[in-house]
Amino acid sequence: MKNKYSIISLIKNSFSYHENWQKAWGDPEPKKEYEIIIIGGGGHGLATAYYLAKKHKIKNIAVIEKGWIGGGNTGRNTTIIRSNYLWDASAGLYDHALKIWEKLSQELNYNVMFSQRGVMNLAHNLQDVRDLKRRTHANRLNGIDAVYLNTQQVKKFCPIINTSPDIRYPVLGGTLQRRAGTARHDAVAWGYARGADEMGVDIIQNCEVKGIKRNGDSVDGIETTKGFIKTKKIGVVAAGHSSVIANMAGLKLPLESKPLQALVSEPVKPIIDTVVMSNAVHAYVSQSDKGELVIGAGTDDYVSYSQKGSHEIVEGTLNAILELYPIFSRMRMLRQWGGIVDICPDASPIISKTPIKGLYFNCGWGTGGFKATPGSGDLFAHTIANDEPHKLNAAFNLNRFVSGDLVDEHGAAAVAH
Amino acid sequence: MFLIHCPYCGEREQSEFKAGGEAHIVRPKQPTELSDDQWAEYLFMRKNIKGVQFERWVHTHGCRKWFNMVRDTSNDEIKAIYKMGEKPPTKYK
Repeated sequence: MKNKYSIISLIKNSFSYHENWQKAWGDPEPKKEYEIIIIGGGGHGLATAYYLAKKHKIKNIAVIEKGWIGGGNTGRNTTIIRSNYLWDASAGLYDHALKIWEKLSQELNYNVMFSQRGVMNLAHNLQDVRDLKRRTHANRLNGIDAVYLNTQQVKKFCPIINTSPDIRYPVLGGTLQRRAGTARHDAVAWGYARGADEMGVDIIQNCEVKGIKRNGDSVDGIETTKGFIKTKKIGVVAAGHSSVIANMAGLKLPLESKPLQALVSEPVKPIIDTVVMSNAVHAYVSQSDKGELVIGAGTDDYVSYSQKGSHEIVEGTLNAILELYPIFSRMRMLRQWGGIVDICPDASPIISKTPIKGLYFNCGWGTGGFKATPGSGDLFAHTIANDEPHKLNAAFNLNRFVSGDLVDEHGAAAVAH
Repeated sequence: MFLIHCPYCGEREQSEFKAGGEAHIVRPKQPTELSDDQWAEYLFMRKNIKGVQFERWVHTHGCRKWFNMVRDTSNDEIKAIYKMGEKPPTKYK
């Protein structure tokens, strides 16, 4: 049983100089067999394990992680959470996640620092204006809060934006989702890990999957650096490495893995209290609780697993940032990094069964998976436990690439992929 | 960022080029006879290899010609470059 985190436990532990906090999760050796194995200990994988244990009462679950939990894309994203997607299927999926976010800290007894500071998406040309208005209407029909702002309202909501008509891509308007915002990404992984561990999930770190053993058309277990582990059900949540795992099972996925970069500035006093994204110039910015500007850049166009990315991508993003926010012209950037994102041809995820019995994939989140973490885990757990998708993720099946029933969110999703 | 040796122009910065995805995916000869599964395979399914991969690139801001490249996607090291229509180097197969 885990001790509850509260103001009282905080005070109590301060007397022992915070040296005696209970361990949030264990470090078990893998058992010989599990009912379900989740490959990938990021936010989505840990959330999947958490909901499998909590909602579906499955006892014998392991999460296998190559490095340390939350050390992949969970700790590399720009922490933006929103649900203002155009298509009904996406709106359903992402708003399901947003509703869980709103209660997540209480549910996990772990402060994920969810902050509904609003996300504003800018329009820079007439087509942007039309697209954004259309998306606002579509969102409202789906019960998602969205408003369209004109240039003056954009300026009022975020005064540091340069709304001069003289800039290369002038701000003609924007949309605002007030329920959207940010969360502390590490805390999400840690909170789910602690919750899953409490319910008996084995979180096995520093254990790389080397192969998937198949028995005809079903799975039989996984080969890892810590030996063979038997199981009848495998949920793969390996983000950029999904194709690598699929290849081990003799499966091909419609994915390409590419570096996506982000960067943070030196910390400064509060200057931007919302998240501003721009599709046309591909720049988005928010400010972390530490005071750093968190800036998201674009993906490179070539396949790479190198977690680096090209300099000109960052340069292009910063050009756009400086034109929109001249006040940042003398800011210094502290760190830059890349994460490997798995992108689907329709820029929508796959949460699906596969032609191999007992093998499930949750992948293809591309550049925007963090926001979906709780919903993705919940729906993937449902899919694995029942061997059937939930109605909210039924559209996100692998077979859509054969049937042609794609969920084309390229550009429509308020940010280019 | 890396340097790419265009087979027509010589060594240039990668920013002059654009990646065109996996190479040697043959366009179906009889498109009308393809099943949905075969279309999906041709249009969408990709090897997406971590390691040595064969891919197409185009020198967009140069000669605008397409060519093939053998590249290690785990560290972006370019192993070989050859023109369109040429046989891929066998040592990386």
